[in-house]
Amino acid sequence: MKAIEFADVSFRYEEEGPFAVRHLNFSVEEGEFVAVLGHNGSGKSTLARLANGLLTPDEGQIRVLGTLLGDKNLYDVRRNVGVVFQNPDNQTVATIVEDDVAFGAENVGLAREEIGRRIDFALKAVGMEEYRTSTVARLSGGQKQRVAIAGVLALKPKIIILDESTAMLDPRGRREIVDVVTRLNQEEGITVLLITHFLEEALLADRAVVMNRGELVMEGTPRAVFARKEELLTYNLALPRIGVICERLRAGGMNVADTLDAEVLAKEIAQCVS
Amino acid sequence: MKDVSFGQFYPVNSFVHRLDPRLKIVFLIAYIVAIFLATNFYELAACALVLLLIVFFARIPIGKVLRAVRGVTFLVLFTTALNLLFYKGDTVYWEWGIFCVSFEGIIFSVFLALRLVLLVVCSSMLTYTTTPVSLTDGVESLLTPLKWIRIPVHALALVMSIALRMIPVLMDETSRIKNAQMARGADFESGNIIKRVKATIPILVPLLLSALRRADELGDAMDARCYTGGDHRTKYKKLRFTWRDLVAFLLGAALIAGVVLMRIYLPASY
Repeated sequence: MKAIEFADVSFRYEEEGPFAVRHLNFSVEEGEFVAVLGHNGSGKSTLARLANGLLTPDEGQIRVLGTLLGDKNLYDVRRNVGVVFQNPDNQTVATIVEDDVAFGAENVGLAREEIGRRIDFALKAVGMEEYRTSTVARLSGGQKQRVAIAGVLALKPKIIILDESTAMLDPRGRREIVDVVTRLNQEEGITVLLITHFLEEALLADRAVVMNRGELVMEGTPRAVFARKEELLTYNLALPRIGVICERLRAGGMNVADTLDAEVLAKEIAQCVS
Repeated sequence: MKDVSFGQFYPVNSFVHRLDPRLKIVFLIAYIVAIFLATNFYELAACALVLLLIVFFARIPIGKVLRAVRGVTFLVLFTTALNLLFYKGDTVYWEWGIFCVSFEGIIFSVFLALRLVLLVVCSSMLTYTTTPVSLTDGVESLLTPLKWIRIPVHALALVMSIALRMIPVLMDETSRIKNAQMARGADFESGNIIKRVKATIPILVPLLLSALRRADELGDAMDARCYTGGDHRTKYKKLRFTWRDLVAFLLGAALIAGVVLMRIYLPASY
């Protein structure tokens, strides 16, 4: 079954305004890890909001796990589609970590013991179990965002959408988040839609799609997409520096594997030199 | 800006911390009533003693308590000065125009200052020992009767908890905006009071805008986490009345009764 399916979907924020998403056909398989890449204003965030019913399409149909999205089933759809947003400060409702993680589970009316188990599971999944009773405000950006992911996980969703959730983090925080979602995808079988403008984050995805001005313009495995550098540049997406270094090394005759990960590259170089 | 301890939770695991928040709220109200009923130094001393015991059992460092008082130093000094200068007593020490300092005036203003300090300390003890979540749970639970007249108690409690949660975020934001405006040459330090108040406008307007934007995003995030209001919600943390609460309740009741009895049987004088 398809986890998310967009059929000829168009949406604009204002009447007569420009389309944020235009005749979009796009689908994600269950268990798949898809990275959506795009520059500011490419419509990638609109995609996230459409997929869990925060926005309603002007044209076309959206199906989530086979169910057509409508006014009546939004609540059920949202239980299955968790969204983590950009700013960690604007998505925590409670002061204490465990209270915030519990929020979603409380909303759907779970029993107390079950909420407790969900908190254990969610905090463990993001590696924050020792911060259970900490104050959210005192955590680092990456930790806050992991708590936000835990808050979404407490609803046991089948799909998680990360709407530029790494944009406000430092490189270390970004790495933490990408590691966590990769693990969730592999170990828990959760479908992941990672929306970002950092190309290197897409590296671990099964598939990468590139959006530009509300349309889907490129699609393929991350490596295949990254190989089309000139085309990426026309969509204002530049290959990260590590990729460029890698390429030049290869052009210079060093036999290193194609990677966007600095540590992997360092090991590769060490091997080549020794 | 960072150093606002009034209204902040102080995390230790003490007897007072583990009390039912409803009891603490009711006790705070009763205590405030007791302070206002107290008319002489004996009664006030009894109140102060009780408060000291609470501070002791709550294991809040005395420095923290004093810091809460420091926040209202100006207010206390101001009211004390006014009372001192305007109280019309019999034993006059010094007089000039409408001002006069008398023995009774000194006693009265000291009394009021003490009352004010006790008031601040006891309120901050509530927030020091109660997490915002259990505080709002307590308020929600206490206000439950209002649901019968269709007042959205759950929504009010949620608004309160989000407001408390946003305090540190908005503080950070304020200092960021302030720095940004100072980098552009804004001057917040000099000039008379009107000029200074005007100078805060370039801070307040962006702060308000950003707060609205945050509220919008938070609304989306709550929607995405299946929030539909209080009707079908469950609660992870249930409030429970335990033996500790019973002990505290009896002690509190004894205090209030004591002050009332003193009020009836002792003459109302300093």
